[in-house]
Amino acid sequence: MLSRVGVDTLDALYDEVPASIRFRGDYQLPEEMSELEVRQLFEQLGSQNKPLTCFAGAGVYDHYTPSVIPQLLSRSEFLTSYTPYQAEISQGTLHYIFEYQSMMAELTGMDISNASMYDGTTATAEAVMMAVAAGKKQNKVLVSETVDPKTLEVVKTYAHFQGIDIEMIPAKDGVTDLSALNTQLSTLSGVAGVLVQQPNYYGIVEDYEGFAEAIHAKKGLFIMNSVAADLAVLKTPGEWGADIAVGDGQSLGIPLQFGGPYVGYMCCTEKLIRKMPGRIVGKTLDNRGQRAFVLTLQAREQHIRRQKATSNICSNQSLMALFVTIYMSLMGKQGLKEAAELSYAGAHYLCEKLVATGHFTQVYDQPFFNEFVVRYDGDVEALQRRFVENGIFGGVKVAPDQLMFAVTEKRTKEEIDQLISLTL
Amino acid sequence: MNNKLYGNLIFELSQEGRRGYSLPKNRFGKNYEIPTGMRRKADAQLPECDEMTVVRHYTNLSANNFGVDNGFYPLGSCTMKYNPKINEEVAALPQFAGLHPLQPAATVKGAEAVCTLLCRSLCELTGLHAFTLKPFAGAHGELTGLMVIKKYHESRNDDARHLVIVPDSAHGTNPASAAVCGLEIIEVKSLSDGTVDVDALRDLVAQHGPEIAAMMMTNPNTLGLFERQIPTIEKMVHECGGLMYYDGANLNPMLGAARPGDMGFDVMHINLHKTFSTPHGGGGPGAGPVGVREGLEQFFPVVSPYHGNFAVAMRAYAYILSLGREHVKEVGPLATLNANYIKESLKDLYELPIDGLCKHEFVFDGLKDKSTGVTTMDVAKRLLDYGYHAPTIYFPLLFHESLMIEPTENESKETIDGFIAVMRQIAEEAKTNPDLVKSAPHHTPIGRVDDVLAAKHPVVTYKQLQNDTN
Amino acid sequence: MAKVIEGLYYSESHEYVRVEGEYGYIGISDYAQHALGNVVYVDMPEVDDEIEAGEDFGAVESVKAASDLIAPVSGVVVEVNEALEDQPELLNQDSYENWIIKVELSDSTELDNLMDAQAYAEFCEK
Repeated sequence: MLSRVGVDTLDALYDEVPASIRFRGDYQLPEEMSELEVRQLFEQLGSQNKPLTCFAGAGVYDHYTPSVIPQLLSRSEFLTSYTPYQAEISQGTLHYIFEYQSMMAELTGMDISNASMYDGTTATAEAVMMAVAAGKKQNKVLVSETVDPKTLEVVKTYAHFQGIDIEMIPAKDGVTDLSALNTQLSTLSGVAGVLVQQPNYYGIVEDYEGFAEAIHAKKGLFIMNSVAADLAVLKTPGEWGADIAVGDGQSLGIPLQFGGPYVGYMCCTEKLIRKMPGRIVGKTLDNRGQRAFVLTLQAREQHIRRQKATSNICSNQSLMALFVTIYMSLMGKQGLKEAAELSYAGAHYLCEKLVATGHFTQVYDQPFFNEFVVRYDGDVEALQRRFVENGIFGGVKVAPDQLMFAVTEKRTKEEIDQLISLTL
Repeated sequence: MNNKLYGNLIFELSQEGRRGYSLPKNRFGKNYEIPTGMRRKADAQLPECDEMTVVRHYTNLSANNFGVDNGFYPLGSCTMKYNPKINEEVAALPQFAGLHPLQPAATVKGAEAVCTLLCRSLCELTGLHAFTLKPFAGAHGELTGLMVIKKYHESRNDDARHLVIVPDSAHGTNPASAAVCGLEIIEVKSLSDGTVDVDALRDLVAQHGPEIAAMMMTNPNTLGLFERQIPTIEKMVHECGGLMYYDGANLNPMLGAARPGDMGFDVMHINLHKTFSTPHGGGGPGAGPVGVREGLEQFFPVVSPYHGNFAVAMRAYAYILSLGREHVKEVGPLATLNANYIKESLKDLYELPIDGLCKHEFVFDGLKDKSTGVTTMDVAKRLLDYGYHAPTIYFPLLFHESLMIEPTENESKETIDGFIAVMRQIAEEAKTNPDLVKSAPHHTPIGRVDDVLAAKHPVVTYKQLQNDTN
Repeated sequence: MAKVIEGLYYSESHEYVRVEGEYGYIGISDYAQHALGNVVYVDMPEVDDEIEAGEDFGAVESVKAASDLIAPVSGVVVEVNEALEDQPELLNQDSYENWIIKVELSDSTELDNLMDAQAYAEFCEK
C-alpha cells in the first residue's frame, strides 16, 4: 500500500507538517487495555457510585424502561447507521422518525413535530429563538418564574448572544401570576413570545386559562414546556392554545444515565412548520410508485441556509427518538395513561403520609401532578443524609427548609412507607 | 430487506384494545382521582399493539437500514469507524445508568471520575488545558466554543469584535453557529490547491483587524488537505487580537501526528461520535466536548444542565482505554494511508482536482469521463446496489460534483480493494451502460425518492398522511 | 441563456421591478429561478407591510437551496401573488409573468440604482 501511495514510511505521510508542531513520542495515556481490563476498570469506578431509590425529579424522572427497548435499540442497523441522507437505504430510520413525529404531535396536541432535538433545555432555547425570528421586529420574551431554573439558565445563555431580552413574569402562590403578565403586556407594543412550564418546576399543574388570548393579542407566540409523559393525561399545550410545545422526552422511559442522553421535542402549529429548526421527515413516493419517507424541508437547515439557517442544529437524538417511539408503541394510548395515573397516585399517597407525620407541610396550596414541595420542621440536610444512608434519593432541596419529592409508577407502597419511617 | 411485507407504520398495525405493556396495580388502598379540569379532553391517538407486533415491526424496520456493522461507509467528514461493543456494555452498567444527575456528590464519585479522566485524556490528545462535556453534539460544541470566544472579548470590554473568518470550504454548521452566537461570517478564499490563501487572509486582517473575534477552521481542511501555513495563519490572527477556533470534525488524522493546541488553536470542539468511535445512532446522540487553552475555562457557558450526553462520554473513554498510548498514535497514520491508497487507485477514472498527499479524506470532482452525463448522484446511488454506503456527495461546495471519501483506519486492505474494484466497475458502467447507473439504485427496498413532492406538500404526521390525497 | 426582459429594472441579487405608474411589480429573474431549481415554497410578506430597498422581504425555497428575496426598491405592499401559495412552481414556468408582490413605490429615484436589461444580461454573463 505504501508503494502505491508513493511513500516509504507512514511517517512520510506527514512530511508537510511543520516540525515545530509535529507530535513525536507518546501521549501520556494509560497502556492499552484488553476488553476484560476495560470492563474491570469501569466496574471498579462503578463501585464508587451509589444508585439510589429515586424520589426526586426536577426535570428527570425515574420511569420504568420496558425490556424490549434496549434489545431493539442495540440492533446495529439502528445503532451504527448514519443520518438518513440516502433515503433508499435508510427507510428504517425514516419510518421511525415519522412515527415519532406523529406520536409527539398527538401527545402535545399540536399539528406537527420535528425529528427531535438534543434535550428539553436546548429545545426550549430554540423555541425562544424561533419566536424572536418569527416575530420580525420583537426581541422580548417573557418567562414565568415557575420555569425550571436549569432551563432558564440555558435559555438565558442563548438569549445573551442573540440580543434577546428576557423578562421574568412573577409567580404568586407558586403559580404564574396572570394579572402581572397582563400588566407587563399592557406596557409593551408587542412581544415575541411568552414561555411557561407545565407542570411547573414545583410540580404544580397551573391553570393557563386566558394566557393564549393575552399573548396573541400582542402578536406573540405562546411557548409551553411540558413533561412529556404527563401529557398522556394532562390538558395539552395544544388545548391551552400554545403555538410551540417543547420539553424533554426523558420521562418516556429513558434511564437516568447521570444526565444524558435524553431527547428534546419540539412541536408547533402547521403555519410555523417552515420556521421550526431541526430535521423533519416527510412522506413521498419513490420512482417505483411506492410510499417512502425522506428528510424534507432541508432548505431551512444549516447545510443549505448556512448563516441564514433557523438554527445551527445538525443532528437530532435519533436513537433516543427511536427509544421513546418504541416506548409509546408498547405502552400505547392506554399504558401511558395508566403509568401517569400510578405516578399521580403514588405522589399523593406520599404527600398525605408526609403531612400526617406532623413534620411536613405542603408549601403551595395548589394542585400537583407527581411532584410536590414540602416544608420540613427539622434539619433538612441531616434528613437527606439519612435517606442516602438507607439507599434513597429523598427529593431535591429547593429552599433551606424545603424538599421537592417526585414519585413514578416504579415506586412501591413499601418503598414509600420505608421513606416515611426514616422521617420519624 | 423486506419493504414489501413490512413497509407499514406502527399505527397501521394498531388494533383497539391490544396491550403491549404491563404495569403494577394501584396498591395504595385509595383511588386518587385526577380532577377532570386537569385532564385532556380526548386521549392521545397512540397505537395499541401487543408486544410481539411491536418487536416484529421494529426488527423489520431495522432490516431496511444500513449501518457500519453492515458494510463499508466511506462518508467523508463523518469518520464512520467501528463502534466497539465493549463500549455499549460499560455504558449500560447499572452502577452508572441508574444515577440521577442531581444525586449528592458522594454517591456519584465514579461517574465524576469518568468525566475527569476523559477530559484529562482529551487534553493530552489535543494539547489544550481544560474541557467541558456539556455540549450534546458537534454543532452544539461549535456554538459553545464561539460563546467562549465572545465572552472572552466581552470580558476585555472589546465590543468591536463581531467577525469570524472561515475558509470558503467550511461546513454549513460553521456560519450557522456563528449566527446563533450573534457573530458574522467573513470568508477567506482558498488557493487552487484547496488551502487557505494566506495573502487574502493578510488583506482581510489588515482591513478588519479590530473587528475580528476569531478564525474558525479545521485542519486538515474539508478537502482533507493539511494547512501547512497554520503557524503563519495563527500568528496573523493572534496579532490582530482574534482567537483561533478548531473545528474537530477532522481530528482523526491528527491522532499521532499533531495536536491542535500545539498548532496554536485556543478553542476547539471534538466530535466523540467521529474520532472516538461512539455510534452515530441514525443521527444522534453524539457529543461535542469543547476544549480551551489555559485562562479561557472561566468562559465556559451553560449550554446544558448536567454533563452533556454522559453515556456517550463513557463510550469514548472506554475506546481511549482500549487503544492505549501504543495504538492511539497509529490512528492518524493508518487513516491517512487508507485514504491515499484509494485516491491513487482511482484517480485515473475519477477527476482529482487537487493532486498530492491528502490526509484522512479526499475529494473527487465526479467521473473523469463525464461524456455520458453520469453524475456524482448517479454513482452514489449505484454504489448502494453493490452493498456500500455512498461517500459524501455535493460537499464541499467548491466543486460541482464533489464525492468525498473517508475510509478511516479500521478498514482492512481487502475491504478497501473491494471498494476500489466496485468504483472501477461503476466507472466502466458509466461508459458502456450509462442508463443503468442513471436509474440506480435497483436492489434497494425503495428507488429514488421525489424530493420536490415532499417539500412542496409536507406530510409529516400520520394524521396528515390519512388526509393526504397524493 | 437566461431570459432577460427589456424595460424592467434588475438588482444584483436577481430581483426585477416592472414599473406601472406609482406601482412596481417585484419578482425574480429567469436566471434566479433556473439557479434555484424546482421552487417548492415562496415566503411572502403581507399586504400593508413596508419593505425597504436592500432588506429581506421574503424567501424562495427549492429542495436544494433557499434564497432570501431582497427588496430592489422601498414601498408598501398592496398586493401579494396568492397563486404562488398553492403553485410555487409558477416561478419556474415564467418568473416574469408570475410576479411576487406589487408595491406602491415610496421613492422612484431608487430605480436609478438598478440595472437595465442590457447591463443585467452582461452582469449574468460574468
